[in-house]
Amino acid sequence: MSTPTSELLKGAAELFPDEVVTQAHVRHLELPGGGGNFALITLDNGLDHTKPTTFGPQSLANLDAAVDQVEKEAAEGTIVGIGITGKPFIFAVGADLKGVELLKRHEDALAIGKGGHDVFRRLSHLAVPTFAYYNGAAMGGGVEVGLHCSYRTVSSSIAAFSLPEVFLGLVPGWGGCALLPNLIGADKAVSVIIENSLNQNRQLKAGQVYELGIADAIFEGADFLEQSLIWTSAVLRGELQVQRPEIDRGEAWDAAVARGRFVADSKVHGAAPAAYRALDIIEAAKSGDLAAGFDAEDQALADLIMGGELRSGIYAFNLVQKRAKRPAGAPDKSLARPVTKVGVVGAGLMASQLALLFLRRLEVPVVLTDIDQERIDKGVGYVHTEIEKLRGKGRINQDKANRLKALVTGVLDKAEGFADADFVIEAVFEEMSVKQQVFAEVEAVAPAHAILATNTSSLSITEMASKLQHPERVVGFHFFNPVAVLPLLEIVRGEKTDDASLATAFGVARKLKKSAVLVKDAPAFVVNRILTRFMGEIQNVIDEGTPVAVAEKAVEPLGLPMSPLVLLELVGPAIGLHVSETLNRAFPDRFTVSPNLAAVVKAGKRGFYVYDSGKPELDPEVAALLKQGDSVLTEEQVRTRVMDAVAQEIRLMLDEGVVAEPQDIDLCLITGAGWPFHLGGITPYLDREGYSERATGRKFLAQGVASVPA
Amino acid sequence: MPRTVRDVVFVDGVRTPFGKAGPKGIYHETRADDLVVKAIRELLRRNPDLDPARIDEVALAATTQIGDQGLTLGRTAGILAGLPTSVPGYSIDRMCAGAMTAVTAVAGGVSLGAYDIAVAGGVEHMGRHPMGEGVDPNPRFVSDKLVDESALFMGMTAENLHDRYPGISKQRADEYAVRSQEKAAKAYADGKIQADLVPVAVRRTNAEAGETGWGLATADEPMRPGTTLESLAGLKTPFRPHGRVTAGNAAGLNDGATASLIAAEDVARELGLPVKMRLVSYAFAGVEPEVMGIGPVPATEKALAKAGLTIGDIGLFEINEAFAVQVLAMLDHFGIPEDDARVNQYGGAIAFGHPLASSGVRLMTQLARQFEDQPHVRYGLTSMCVGFGMGGTVIWENPHFDGGNK
Repeated sequence: MSTPTSELLKGAAELFPDEVVTQAHVRHLELPGGGGNFALITLDNGLDHTKPTTFGPQSLANLDAAVDQVEKEAAEGTIVGIGITGKPFIFAVGADLKGVELLKRHEDALAIGKGGHDVFRRLSHLAVPTFAYYNGAAMGGGVEVGLHCSYRTVSSSIAAFSLPEVFLGLVPGWGGCALLPNLIGADKAVSVIIENSLNQNRQLKAGQVYELGIADAIFEGADFLEQSLIWTSAVLRGELQVQRPEIDRGEAWDAAVARGRFVADSKVHGAAPAAYRALDIIEAAKSGDLAAGFDAEDQALADLIMGGELRSGIYAFNLVQKRAKRPAGAPDKSLARPVTKVGVVGAGLMASQLALLFLRRLEVPVVLTDIDQERIDKGVGYVHTEIEKLRGKGRINQDKANRLKALVTGVLDKAEGFADADFVIEAVFEEMSVKQQVFAEVEAVAPAHAILATNTSSLSITEMASKLQHPERVVGFHFFNPVAVLPLLEIVRGEKTDDASLATAFGVARKLKKSAVLVKDAPAFVVNRILTRFMGEIQNVIDEGTPVAVAEKAVEPLGLPMSPLVLLELVGPAIGLHVSETLNRAFPDRFTVSPNLAAVVKAGKRGFYVYDSGKPELDPEVAALLKQGDSVLTEEQVRTRVMDAVAQEIRLMLDEGVVAEPQDIDLCLITGAGWPFHLGGITPYLDREGYSERATGRKFLAQGVASVPA
Repeated sequence: MPRTVRDVVFVDGVRTPFGKAGPKGIYHETRADDLVVKAIRELLRRNPDLDPARIDEVALAATTQIGDQGLTLGRTAGILAGLPTSVPGYSIDRMCAGAMTAVTAVAGGVSLGAYDIAVAGGVEHMGRHPMGEGVDPNPRFVSDKLVDESALFMGMTAENLHDRYPGISKQRADEYAVRSQEKAAKAYADGKIQADLVPVAVRRTNAEAGETGWGLATADEPMRPGTTLESLAGLKTPFRPHGRVTAGNAAGLNDGATASLIAAEDVARELGLPVKMRLVSYAFAGVEPEVMGIGPVPATEKALAKAGLTIGDIGLFEINEAFAVQVLAMLDHFGIPEDDARVNQYGGAIAFGHPLASSGVRLMTQLARQFEDQPHVRYGLTSMCVGFGMGGTVIWENPHFDGGNK
């Protein structure tokens, strides 16, 4: 049957020949308890649960055809109701992003939005009631197809449930923005669509899906579909009435939207449009005019699909989901040696945090050493305390706590501690001679195969290994603070590091659940080098005369998690100064040491700001220390200068071979510095805004990689 | 320590609809453990007054304890069903009498005081686990002439039984089968069967077997209402040329699961659980493996003797219909007419199907319902033949018995 919808989808399908197509199977069954003949649609892409069901244009066309069939049966009176569910463990996880990436024209993007709407909304216009059974993971368009149904049930076993569009740079555009607030109220809808998305794509648990009122009933996973169908039968026979609370369409609606804007401002600072577009539609949905809401969704989707932020968002998502799991340049996994015992040199705070991480993830003996028993006891004590905290929160049980505590020990004598260690990491004072001395001592007592890893943030791995008998087993293992939170691990290959050692390091990183990126032995590696160049340029313009406030505001449009000077405060001005000195020695032409920063550090100040008023204000004592020149730049000028510098630095790093590709730089900035998805890390933004071409003569990424294809 | 033997009662029983084994059967893509899990969960749902932590044992039977019927099913299915980890379980095997043996085994434990309440049931997915899967019979069975080769093939033992009792003709077997289908269809029409079925969601990905996607099994798939003598007459006799046993007068190859709650009567009363049947006695007996179908005769005689009853005291019979000939042999032995109204009122396995180790509890569930409807009956029995030459019989008393005032 040829309809406008099927024509629209046919056209869209031609643009996406590689779609993994979802089938919409229609099967009939007798509802228990004499409920009558029922048509159940199963969404299934024919693959196992590791390849979740998605909606591309052909998949939508298949669902459309299934609805044709059941629509006819409903009209003829041969069925009493229609259900929709998914293959085992998966309901449906929404639009196929691969298809979205391919779209080049606004009209094609519009067609995708409209195509989805046209199919889904049919489910609310049939002659019999419709039911969605969220049996497994449901995201985006998967959640939305259910929202168009008359009733919904959810399995208590679902692994994921969310509307993650805003997280990626889209809006829930197949009905989500218009339907959800009309179902559960604006405030709850804002929590799901805006707040959860902007909180690292937080998922709803099944209980919340029910409590929020998205699902009318919740059943345990073991017989979810059976119980859903029994429930359906009771609803259809009128034995059971579904009660939904009245929606507050008064001031609460406006307040919810205002809250959403506040959340968006605090997360993306106006720099990414998706949340705001979603909020506009939620705001308008107050009228209850769904058709207008759907049209607004189509427009928003098309605009966002053709915009750079979404393309950057998808690019960033793929980096974190795919590239982080298969680090570029990592040697073959089979070369990795087993790690059954870990040694940690040092028992200070950093060393203790590392000990805790290795202990929790590897669950092998971890031995701390230090120069005196008191420090060792303190380090082991720290680990024990943290384990107890985990137990107190219910994250681990008593048996696991006992096991972990028994696994961590400390000894003064390295020979005793490291004689059978497979992996020894040092976290001692950042001084080359000290580190060389430590590694020499470890090499004398550790087995010949043991990896010697260093958590240095700035020293040369090659130099550190140079005096050892077996330099091939030295690896840089650079974590980011807080170690337990930030996913990035820069794995640094020294000149002589061999493949087996590197493979072992990557194997350990995987077990530590870190995103490992292979980095060449170059000053300050990746994140610290870029951040220092970035901050250094800000500091330079301040030193030259631009007011602090102007310099800070200049980079606000990026939507970074915090301003440069707040970040400096978090890192500590003294450490910031130290790193800038290190990089200044390596690259004196590009990295300066700010005399003002030095003065602030010397004065013992911990930052530039005071927070007496609740907001950051320049500390008068710091203001008094600043000696500024008379070159005052505008925000625009500052931004250009700073971003040009960042682009130049990244180009130089790529030319030096610090990492394999710009993608690795972006992955590092996202996972190590928390730089946002809508920037795609940074290189998509630098390309998009023209900084890379101006500063380096060319773009970092080919057209279409993190942008609309040519 | 003085001991008191406690009365054991059948609290409740449920089962999945039975399916046809094979690629077109409803359960072809459903795991065996999932089938029995759904039955256990339904049992608990139907008895909300029972705190699952009170269950002292889960005994589950399967003939082929491999794959999804292996891994100590009684324990693993308990965990999958959501029972507390404090509830133990084990697996049990007496081929066709698996679930029956699960019931008698836990009944022994209840009677002794080892358990207050137990789950007993069984499962057989003959599609995923065809009869004889993975067996390795000792060659001495044949070399030492311990059994005839035909003893391993149930259909052949049924033919052997026809040989032994020349009076049981193919005609009689077919007539019996037609009646079984008629009675089963009537029981469905009267709503006697559905009430103890738990619906099972079933997935199908093979379009050759029918509509694909998720469906729901709500009724027994093997049923052939409208079966006539004529339609049976032409069927092949696969076990012997010109033989008597056909697919029409025997139970098929089936998939299904059952579960029951067995308890001490005082505990059931204390917890307010239903008491549907009271255990009187049980017995298992062995016969020559070549004629395993005669097993119910000595088993019933033993059970009657232990109970101090005679066959005349039994008001209702639930006899598993592995083969019509085997039921007829038993009825002939006891002088009961083959169309006696007390026998298999709802029809039997010829109509519903016989997923080996699960069937014992189906007999009990049906007898329990008949007891409730017929309070003038005091005693009933469930009986079945078992591979390799055995039979099992459990005699039950009707707690609704009204003194016989009909």
